[in-house]
Amino acid sequence: MALLSFERRYRVRGGTLIGGDLFDFWMGPYYVGFFGVTTLFFSIIGIGMILWGASMGDTWNIWRINIAPPSIEYGLGFAPLAEGGIWQLITFCAIGAFVSWILRQVEISRKLGMGYHIPAAYSMAVFAYITLVVIRPVMMGAWGHAFPYGIFSHLDWVSNVGYQYLHFHYNPAHMLGVTFFFTTTLALGLHGGLILSALNPQKGHTVKGAEYEDAFFRDYIGYSIGALGIHRLGLFLALNAGFWSAVCIIISGPFWTKGWPEWWNWWLNLPIWS
Amino acid sequence: MAQYQNIFTQIQVAGNPDVPPPIDNEQLRVGTPTTNRLIGAFGNAQIGPIYLGSVGLTSILLGTLAFILIGLNMLASVGWDPIEFVRQLPWLALEPPAPSYGLSLSVPLKEGGWWLIVSVLLTSSILLWWVRCYRRAKALGMGTHVAWAFASAIWLFLVLGFFRPLLMGSWGEAVPYGIFPHLDWTAAFSIRYGNLFYNPFHALSIAFLYGSTLLFAMHGATVLALTHLGGEREIGLVVDRGTAAERGSLFWRWTMGFSATFESIHRWAWWFAVLTTFVGGIGIILTGTAVDNWYQWAVKHDFAPSYAEQGYPAAPDPVTTDAEFEMPKAPAPIAPATALPDAPAQPKGAQP
Repeated sequence: MALLSFERRYRVRGGTLIGGDLFDFWMGPYYVGFFGVTTLFFSIIGIGMILWGASMGDTWNIWRINIAPPSIEYGLGFAPLAEGGIWQLITFCAIGAFVSWILRQVEISRKLGMGYHIPAAYSMAVFAYITLVVIRPVMMGAWGHAFPYGIFSHLDWVSNVGYQYLHFHYNPAHMLGVTFFFTTTLALGLHGGLILSALNPQKGHTVKGAEYEDAFFRDYIGYSIGALGIHRLGLFLALNAGFWSAVCIIISGPFWTKGWPEWWNWWLNLPIWS
Repeated sequence: MAQYQNIFTQIQVAGNPDVPPPIDNEQLRVGTPTTNRLIGAFGNAQIGPIYLGSVGLTSILLGTLAFILIGLNMLASVGWDPIEFVRQLPWLALEPPAPSYGLSLSVPLKEGGWWLIVSVLLTSSILLWWVRCYRRAKALGMGTHVAWAFASAIWLFLVLGFFRPLLMGSWGEAVPYGIFPHLDWTAAFSIRYGNLFYNPFHALSIAFLYGSTLLFAMHGATVLALTHLGGEREIGLVVDRGTAAERGSLFWRWTMGFSATFESIHRWAWWFAVLTTFVGGIGIILTGTAVDNWYQWAVKHDFAPSYAEQGYPAAPDPVTTDAEFEMPKAPAPIAPATALPDAPAQPKGAQP
C-alpha cells in the first residue's frame, strides 16, 4: 500500500517498549512491533476458538450463536472444552489481545511523539471488560457469572442479571454510567456540529475560526468551553461512562444482593427527616 | 518517561475578554464577561456575554414554568409538606392522564390535566430553544449543524411524549415527569413489549450511543495527546494540515489501518450522535404500534437465541397458545449461587 505523501519522514526507528529493532517495521499501513505480533497471535487463536465454539452449537445464524461460560458448578476451575472451556480460552485470548493492543498504542504514541491519552483511554474499556468476565466472577466464586459470547445471548444475560436485582435502573452507579453515556453523546453532537458549522459556513462566507466557535456558544448558552476544553470534557465524560459501568456491575452481587430499589431506603430513613 | 499530559491548564493568561464577531442585534448581547480561574484550568476561563433575544427569553420562561409546575404537582402529591417533598422527591411524579381519557384535551387538572399543560409548555420551550440555536448560527454566518443535531434529540422526545401516544390513542402512553417514575416507565415499557433488547432499532441506538462514547474517547484523547503541537486548533489543521494533524492521522493508520481526517472525524461524530436518538425514536414509535412483542418478533425472524443446548427447552407462550402451560423440565441441578438475591415474594393471586 502506498505511503501517504507525508508519511515517510515519520516512519523512523525507535520508541519500542520491548524487542528493540526486531519488530520495528510496518506492513502496509499497519505498524507491527512486538505487540502487533502478540495481538495477532491472540486474535487468531481467539477467533479460531470462537469459530470452534460456534461449530459445537446448533446454529451458524450470526445472531443466535452462543458460547456460554462454564456452568456455576465448575466454580473457578477449568471446565471441559465443550462445557465452557472454550469460553475460558476465548476470554484468555481476548484479554491477551486487548492488553497487547494497549501496549501497541503506547509504542505508536512514543514513535509519533504523542501523549499517552489514547492507550490510557482504551485501558478504561479493557478494564470494564475484565470487570465483567474476570473480577466479578472471581469475587462471586464462579466463571458462570460472566456473560456469554453471542450477539443476542449477551443481551439476554444483561436482561436476566438486571432482573436478578429486580430493577437495575435503581443502581446508583448504573444511573451515573447511563448519564455519562448520554452526556458524552450530547457533547459529541455539539462538538461535531460546531466544527462542521465553522468549516461549512453559509453561502458566501469563508471558513470560520475559533472566535466564531466561541461566539456561537457564548451567544447560545453564555459559555464556550473552548477548543482545548471540549476535548478534555469529551474524554472525561467518555472515560466516566466506562468507569461507572464497571462499578455498577461490580457492586451487583459482591456488594449488594437485594433488589436495587430497596437500596434507596437509606435515603428515606435518614435521621434528618424525623 | 514522565511527561506533561496536559490534563489541566497550568498557566492562565488573564487579558481582556474576547470580543465576539459583530452581529445585527449587538445590543442583545448582555452581561459583562467575567473569568473564573477554576473553570480556566479545564476550559475557557471566560463566562459570558450571552445573547438574550425574545425567542430565547420566551423559551427560558416557558421551561421554567413547566419545571415549577412539575414541582408544585409533586409538592401537592405529598400534601404540601416541604420536608416530605425533599424526602420523597426521587419517587414523586407528574403522571400523564389515565388511558381511559384517550386523547382528550379536557382532563381534570389533578388527573393529568397538569401533565398536558406542562407538556405543552415544555415542548414549546424546547422548540423555541431549537429556533434560538438555528438563528444564533445564522447570525454568525455559520452552518446549522448543531441545530439539526439538536433536532434529532427533539425527535426522540416528541416520539415518547407526543407521536407514539397519538398513534396509540392515549396520552397515558407517555412518559411521566419524575426521576424514578420515568425509570419505572422504561422498565415497564420493555417488559410490556416483550423485551426491548430484541428491538433492532433499540440495538442500533445503543450501538450508536456506545459508538459515540468510543469516538469521543478516541477523538478527545488524540487531540489531547497532540496539544503540545497545537492539535486542538482543529479548524486551522483542516485548512492547512500541520504536523499535529499528520501525527494524529498516522496514529490511527498505524494502529488500525485507517484514519479519519481532522474534518471527517467530526462528520463521524455528528452522525453517531444524531443516529443515536434518531434510530432510538424509530424503535419507540414502532413499539406497540407495529410490533406488540419484540421477543416473538425475534423468534419469527429467527434471531432470538435458543438455549436448548444448555438444557433449557423452549417454553410454549401461554398468551399465544391454547396449550396448558407446563413448567419446562429443569436441567441438571446446579449448585445455587451464594450471592444471588432472594426471589421476590409472589403476590397472592398472581397470574401464572
